[in-house]
Amino acid sequence: MKNTKQPVGAHYGWKDWMIQRVTAAVMLVYSVLILGFFLLHGSVAFADWKQLFQNQLVRILSLLFFFAVFYHAWIGVRDVLMDYIKPFFIRLSLQVAVCLFLIVCSIWTVSILWGN
Amino acid sequence: MSPHTVSSPKNRPKYYDLNLLNLPTPGLVSIFHRITGVAMFLFLIPLALFILQTTLSSEAGFASWKGYFAHPLVKLIVVGFVWSFMHHLFAGVRYLLLDLHIGIAKVPAQNSARVVLVAGLVATAVFAARIW
Repeated sequence: MKNTKQPVGAHYGWKDWMIQRVTAAVMLVYSVLILGFFLLHGSVAFADWKQLFQNQLVRILSLLFFFAVFYHAWIGVRDVLMDYIKPFFIRLSLQVAVCLFLIVCSIWTVSILWGN
Repeated sequence: MSPHTVSSPKNRPKYYDLNLLNLPTPGLVSIFHRITGVAMFLFLIPLALFILQTTLSSEAGFASWKGYFAHPLVKLIVVGFVWSFMHHLFAGVRYLLLDLHIGIAKVPAQNSARVVLVAGLVATAVFAARIW
């Protein structure tokens, strides 16, 4: 294992470190906007909720938010797995599972935002 | 290589203090940041997408979730997730500030960790008071 790269390691360190922070900022801004919406509407009715997500800009910002969530979750969970799961094959399997799950979530998000 | 640089990992003592109460505040903020992150990945992501789907798809779906959220046990779970989210958010903002070299000395870092813990709990309490 001396001169080989670990395929389950974070060999793209600083880039992911930066992405983790940029996605955090995106989520923070979106969260404040959504919180503002709920504070403006004391009680949200179905019509308000539906109308909000009919807006193309809201859909795009929501997609951006969810993609930020998924990428952020991938980096975070991968780091946790690297810290606690040492056996190569178990770690790789879990990382693949996390990855696939988040890809499915991404597709699901698109279908929710544009399918309703 | 001199013998001093040769280390034997197997003989090194390992000491894990798993009692959270013995952690300094920044350590407590850190481990909660981790736990809340993993919990939100496992449960909140799929749940949030499921709720978004059902509430947008029909008036009946929206009404049924409004009904679930009125249940005290569901409210308790929601409050748990709100704490997870708020703690993770405040701890994350603290890390962003630390990255910018703001408050990296020991005392300010300890104080900001306390602020994060309290802010997460206060935000959760405000939310809980609003829904009850």
